Amino acid sequence: MKITQISVFLENRKGRLHEVCSLLGDNGINIRALTVAETESFGVLRIVVDKSDEAVALLRENGFVANFTDVVAIEVGDRPGGLAAVLKIFATNDVNIEYMYAFVEKHSDKALLVFRFEDADFAQQVLARHSISVVTRKEIEGL
Amino acid sequence: MIWKEDVECADRAALQVLQSDHLKKLIPYIYHNCPVYKQKLEDAGVSPDSVQSIDDIKRLPFTTKEDMRDHYPYGLFSAPQEQINEIHVSSGTTGNPTLVGYTRDDLALWSDVMARVLCCAGAEPDDTIQIAYGYGLFTGGLGFHYGALEMGLRIIPTSSGQTARQLKIMQDFKPRIIGCTPSYALYMAEEAKELGIDPREGNWRIGIFGAEPWSDSIRQEIEDAWNMLATDVYGLSEIIGPGVAQECQYKDGLHIFSDVFFPEIINPETGEEVAPGEDGELVITTLTKQGIPLIRYRTRDIVSITYETCRCGRTSPRISKIKGRTDDMIVVRGINVFPSQIEHVLVGIEGTQPHYQIVVDRAAHKLDQVEVLVEVEERFFSDEIKHLTELRDTIKKEIQAVLSVGVKVTLVEPKTIERSMGKSKRIVDKRTL
Repeated sequence: MKITQISVFLENRKGRLHEVCSLLGDNGINIRALTVAETESFGVLRIVVDKSDEAVALLRENGFVANFTDVVAIEVGDRPGGLAAVLKIFATNDVNIEYMYAFVEKHSDKALLVFRFEDADFAQQVLARHSISVVTRKEIEGL
Repeated sequence: MIWKEDVECADRAALQVLQSDHLKKLIPYIYHNCPVYKQKLEDAGVSPDSVQSIDDIKRLPFTTKEDMRDHYPYGLFSAPQEQINEIHVSSGTTGNPTLVGYTRDDLALWSDVMARVLCCAGAEPDDTIQIAYGYGLFTGGLGFHYGALEMGLRIIPTSSGQTARQLKIMQDFKPRIIGCTPSYALYMAEEAKELGIDPREGNWRIGIFGAEPWSDSIRQEIEDAWNMLATDVYGLSEIIGPGVAQECQYKDGLHIFSDVFFPEIINPETGEEVAPGEDGELVITTLTKQGIPLIRYRTRDIVSITYETCRCGRTSPRISKIKGRTDDMIVVRGINVFPSQIEHVLVGIEGTQPHYQIVVDRAAHKLDQVEVLVEVEERFFSDEIKHLTELRDTIKKEIQAVLSVGVKVTLVEPKTIERSMGKSKRIVDKRTL
């Protein structure tokens, strides 16, 4: 099952990330996972939050460019080689990863990772075939 | 020396007789050879033989850049194609470039007026000139070349760029005269210092600078940096290229060669002539050109004019340095840039036009830098950096292809570009001109 990531365009300007985070914080939206990709002049903030629709509406109202992106959250054994085992499955099954990052907190005793796949549907088929558990939207909201 | 003393120092009455003679021949020539002009003249109710003196010029219709664009490529030509010897092209406001063609006689005219320019700046027949204007479709390089040939100067045709080589050539061949854009003159001074050359010890003593607007404070900077006389040359490709007007050693206005390029200064709103000394749009009629003679061409440059005789002895009217434009054109490294060209590119890439802004700056090294800010919109925003950088690079490549000037493209957040009266401010020019 896919979950929703919010992508936000950010200029490389002092305090800009703070503005996004405090806007979300002031409105009771909790960030569960976060990463920033940057170039020399701009960056893209990618976040997973508990209330996606609300968050995007809020960001747009405040003049940010924000989009929804489908990503997949996967539980990975929190032990040496845990991530490598999953990545090996992707590699041998031609599943391309655009980017990935980790959740802030742990879900049970496993690490929680966010994957942006080139083809999310195909990736999910492969995951199902290999009995790798993905985290549902509901679970994210309840974290 | 004065290259064509008989006309450059003629008294005003004699000059008017000459101008009237030229105009009397020009109008029937255009009427019978250029269907577009025939129509324009008929629309204005002017019969070709009713034009008897230079004062009749006020009854003639204006010609605009749009006329050139609408009748691209050959619609405004009066001479048949087989008589055209040389063609130059400059970028147009949108789509079509501006094309100009010279007959053999037009090239002789160009050589003559450019020889006048060189003499007016102070060149002597045994001088060497380094021509660091671009050679090619741009009229700067070849215009200077023809004038220097006409005058019999020794020519070093370096064209623009390759600064270290420009400086070495200056040191090795000791040309007393340099022609280039004023911003390039300043840039070369900086580069010289970097290379351990003291520009004040350089060989250039006279600079003929043009193709972009510049102020007296830039003149002072150039003169101080190079220990030279910095003079201003004016021209535009539609009229002939460089060679329309030039400052003499007194630097008190640019002598316009009014026996061949008849000037009028008008109120751009009403089209009425303004008094000498008052600012208005410069309108030029090419009295003797054959290839593409232009009647009352609206240059869109704002200047004032004086008819008083100059201390140098020339009686030709003098125009001020360019004080502004009636449109939104800016000049960057000698190249004309219109915001509409950039709009055109953005619409082509995105389907609709995002908000954008052009920032021109003359930073550390004194060469103009152009930055185009484009506001990111949801429809082309992506969570993947590679898509955004691809988009940015495509915009950059296409703008550069249209403008022939290097630009930096920066994607910015929405609403960050300042709006004035609902429309965003298209150009921010931070240069000190």
